[in-house]
Amino acid sequence: MIMTAIKASALTKKYKSETVVDDLNLTVANGELFALLGVNGAGKSTTIKMLSCLVRPTSGDAELLGDSITEASEKVKEKINVSPQETAVAPNLTVRENLELIAGIYGRNHKEARKKANEVIEEFGLSEIMKKKAGILSGGWQRRLSIAMALISEPKILFLDEPTLGLDVLARKELWRIIERLKGKITIILTTHYLEEAEALSDRIGIMSKGKLVALGTADELMKIANTNNFENAFITLCENGGNEK
Amino acid sequence: MKTLFFSSRNTKEILRDKLTIIFGLGFPIVLLLLLSLMQSNIPVSLFEIDQITPGITVFGLSFITLFSAMLISKDRATSFMYRLFTSPMHSGDFIFGYTIPLIPISILQVLICYVVAFFLGLEITLNVLIAIAVTIPTAIFYIALGLLCGSVLNDKQVGGLCGALITNLSAWLSGTWFSLDLLGDTFKNIAYLLPFAHAVDAGRAALSGDYSAILPHLLWVIGYAAALLLISVVIFTRKMKS
Repeated sequence: MIMTAIKASALTKKYKSETVVDDLNLTVANGELFALLGVNGAGKSTTIKMLSCLVRPTSGDAELLGDSITEASEKVKEKINVSPQETAVAPNLTVRENLELIAGIYGRNHKEARKKANEVIEEFGLSEIMKKKAGILSGGWQRRLSIAMALISEPKILFLDEPTLGLDVLARKELWRIIERLKGKITIILTTHYLEEAEALSDRIGIMSKGKLVALGTADELMKIANTNNFENAFITLCENGGNEK
Repeated sequence: MKTLFFSSRNTKEILRDKLTIIFGLGFPIVLLLLLSLMQSNIPVSLFEIDQITPGITVFGLSFITLFSAMLISKDRATSFMYRLFTSPMHSGDFIFGYTIPLIPISILQVLICYVVAFFLGLEITLNVLIAIAVTIPTAIFYIALGLLCGSVLNDKQVGGLCGALITNLSAWLSGTWFSLDLLGDTFKNIAYLLPFAHAVDAGRAALSGDYSAILPHLLWVIGYAAALLLISVVIFTRKMKS
């Protein structure tokens, strides 16, 4: 079994003269929940887009479970799934149809897609809304569906880009419970603006600032590096000072 | 299988949009009814049912461009496309998935127009089947145009260009409402450099049983459809990779 899920080597993305992600070197272990933190424009989403083969790096590369994102993106795409920052559902399709669609485009036949959708509906508590069109659901339900759609393909690596952005406290806590249930089963890369979310859920946290990974470690380790016992203060200090990569 | 799942999704997205039903199916029928009513109240032959029906079918198909382009541009504008582009779907799955559902929808639209025309006095002959078959290259032309517009424009631009410009071009440059001779040689020559008038003339020739006149017109439409399909596939694929 491959123990390293993600190994990014000098991963860089430039748009004209602007460097959005700068020489990112990162290793994420199999089954780890890794959070990427940073202020707006830090390069978190671009990093996720490169790792999920949506955006091609300007230079550098990353291997996901042994396959290169630049040379074997088709193989990488079969192993991953993404729950994007904005809710990514087909609005005129019902909840069940959305799930079956994703199961189908990841290679399941109709019978298998239906069976898998039943399992996910049960697992995510979507029974009461399974016949409703996705476009009329509340933000919380849509986000839950979006994550369910990302998991129906049974990915080995799951990218969650700001999964709780804009949700109320109850919906956010409910999604936290869902994410916690996944811990250890698959590798999860989580980007978030909510510091308490990263602190509560992650095994390790990477802090990005101006395209660079400026700090890396557990929440406790990052607080220790920043010489504070408050995670928010640690985050601010590390962002401002460039931090010490661990 | 991926293409089938994706095309099934696109069919549902299009047919569950009420505006699609109103404009795509309802509007051509309303025009047929209105023009037939006008014809029954004027002393000259201006909107005879065997002349306007092929024109209305072509005009109705121009809405297919709007549906196709709107679906693609809306997908592009949302994270749903992000999800699809990070899936194992290939460019062929996308292109066929977006185009295949629109072919039966186009044929259904044309069929409905002819069924309504029967009630308004159009003679039921085998030529109607040929006239329906003759509209298929026109449908592919409009579908390809939708793929192209949806790939390069945002949903607001699609609304303006496909909802207004393409439908108006189809209406005024096709000779559906009036003979192009009435507008002089320059306008007529320009109109016949485009596929719309040829599409209508091919349908009229088929409906009247003038089979030898079908192909010269149809070749224009097939040429435009093939070229546009090729261009739209190339641009869509490039956009996908970028």
